[in-house]
Amino acid sequence: MSNVFMGMPTLPVFGDGNLHIEETFPTAAHRELGNTQMRANLRHATHTIRDKRLKVVAELPDWEELRDAGSATKNLVMANLPALLEEFEKNFTARGGIIHWARDAHEANSIVAGLIKEQNTTEVVKVKSMATQEIGLNEYLEEQGISAFETDLAELIVQLGHDKPSHILVPAIHKNRTEVRDIFLAEMPNVDPNLTDEPRLLAMAAREHLRRKFLSAKVAISGANFALADSGTLAVVESEGNGRMCLTLPETLITVMGIEKLLPGKEDLEVFMQLLPRSSTGERMNPYTSLWTGVTEGDGPQNVHLVLMDNGRTAALADKYGRTALNCIRCSACMNVCPVYERTGGHAYGSTYPGPIGAILTPLLTGITSEENSTLPYASSLCGACYDACPVKINIPEILVHLRGEDVDSKRGTKKLPSQMDLMMKGGSWAFSSGKHLGLLEKGLPLGKLAAGRDKKIKALPGIAAGWTQSRDIPAPPSQSFRDWWKKDHTPVAATNKQEK
Amino acid sequence: MSAKEEILSRITSALRDAPAPGPVPREYRTSSDMPEAELIELLVDRLEDYKAHVDVVDLPQLPTTIAERLKDATSFVVPHGIDTTWLPAADARRRIDAPGAVLSVTELDGTDAVLTSSAVSIAESGTIVLDGSGDQGRRAISLVPDHHVCVVPVSSIVRLLPEAMARMDITRPLTWISGPSATSDIELERVEGVHGPRQLDVIIVKGL
Ligand code: SF4
Repeated sequence: MSNVFMGMPTLPVFGDGNLHIEETFPTAAHRELGNTQMRANLRHATHTIRDKRLKVVAELPDWEELRDAGSATKNLVMANLPALLEEFEKNFTARGGIIHWARDAHEANSIVAGLIKEQNTTEVVKVKSMATQEIGLNEYLEEQGISAFETDLAELIVQLGHDKPSHILVPAIHKNRTEVRDIFLAEMPNVDPNLTDEPRLLAMAAREHLRRKFLSAKVAISGANFALADSGTLAVVESEGNGRMCLTLPETLITVMGIEKLLPGKEDLEVFMQLLPRSSTGERMNPYTSLWTGVTEGDGPQNVHLVLMDNGRTAALADKYGRTALNCIRCSACMNVCPVYERTGGHAYGSTYPGPIGAILTPLLTGITSEENSTLPYASSLCGACYDACPVKINIPEILVHLRGEDVDSKRGTKKLPSQMDLMMKGGSWAFSSGKHLGLLEKGLPLGKLAAGRDKKIKALPGIAAGWTQSRDIPAPPSQSFRDWWKKDHTPVAATNKQEK
Repeated sequence: MSAKEEILSRITSALRDAPAPGPVPREYRTSSDMPEAELIELLVDRLEDYKAHVDVVDLPQLPTTIAERLKDATSFVVPHGIDTTWLPAADARRRIDAPGAVLSVTELDGTDAVLTSSAVSIAESGTIVLDGSGDQGRRAISLVPDHHVCVVPVSSIVRLLPEAMARMDITRPLTWISGPSATSDIELERVEGVHGPRQLDVIIVKGL
């Protein structure tokens, strides 16, 4: 397919899955603020990571130059995305990998489920991945009778606790050691009943729990941190070795990745592998990084798939002020410095992506007009700490302000000429400005009765109100107005009262 | 329209008003002239910070150091391409993993330790890269046994990641190791060793 744009521009197609929040940020934040244990855990965690990060960043004399390179590379990638995706596909395929394209969460889920079923198995092991979290893959697979086992310790805690992640890097950070022990005791079969809350012992219990699964799993599912177009290489960054287990031992490996994760080549990876670990865990390098290019004969999975997913990314890309949000490498530095996140925690943001980046990425992926999500851009004090921390220099405050503007515009209507709604509002203010006006208007009510059918419901209204009656009927107004009824039924009583006095 | 065609067309449409991107500035460090002694010192410091055990030895001392590090293992695996002069001639504990004669996952799980060489190491970040060559073996052998003894030839150490990248064949299956397996998921308290090897011993060899 040619990259030259021809024909009609496609309308933005928004994403679905675990992106739509169920309650507004103010409501959720208000509730989460009451959780003092969570807030204490979070404060400790964000401050610890923050201090470590500052220390290792200060070690690099060229940190700002790395940020400049990282930011420019991502802009370049977004501008050349179609060509880079084609190049990546060609190289990954040439080395024995298989690529699938998914327009949205549902398509990605069903591709993955289909690939698992081909292997005649009902159990898969998983490496922590934001993409599969975003599409709700575990829940989907469960409906299909497939059990997906999270193997990252924090994801395991969240999964066994029937909970949701609250941070993209340390998803179980809202749980303290005692809570973790209680979850393990309740949910892990064969766990030592005398298990204490010592982190080392808890980690060893998790190792024990997952060992057999690793050694026997036929299929593993992962995300990817980076994909290199000029070689067809994928990269996963992790700490525990659970990633290496999943990426190396099973025969079949299925990776789900957003289309924005590409880099042109390995000279770009050198920039991002310096930026990511330092920004994210405050380490000079994460303990393990795995890179694979399609299939390697005699080493690792021989059946290697990649699902390339849109799910709202092209809609975000179409927003000329917001598109740089796709440059995000999910390091979580912005949430660790955010005063709002520090108090509300990740759950308040409702979507897979919490914190400052979530406040812009979520509404960009779903569209600002998505009712609850439109509250997210207000979840910020605009202090700018996130912008300073971001290794790829995403100007989060600027995008927040832009999205607030979009939200206001979408609610008010941006047309210069008065819209039907404006006229109705004007009419409303005229009517309510005086009792005489209202009385005059109410005289029209019996007409409404005529517009309604014999079932006393108005099925279709003209003009802007038509949308309202598209999916609902309006009960016809009563033949008599409230003011008329009140006058008729109450005036004599009032008069009587007066007389009695 | 196929999903691929549709996604590519959505992207092209989304980008129609996008400004042309600027060039990527590469002002960051891509080379260094750190002397060998300092490179070693820096790498040792970083690896010890990750709780790895490090020996720095001259080539003739290598076999005794390896024997010392493996002394508690009841069995250990080596890749087929390992330099056999590093090892005692006969050792009943030794298992060789070779193409066409690979150890099963269960056999690896029943093996205490693994000895490999390495492709390139980055002093500044304390990272050792294995690339699946004959002296490093399949990824599984350095993953499943609990104790990894890794030989780092001094000639393979560079200071910076970009220098290491220039030496890597990116299409090989690569494993970058920076210390043993670790987690900080419970109250951010670091615990070494969850699923990967819990003990990492590095032997830096001068003159190799
Ligand atoms: S927006 Fe920047 S700081 Fe926040 S997670 Fe993404 S890359 Fe990291």
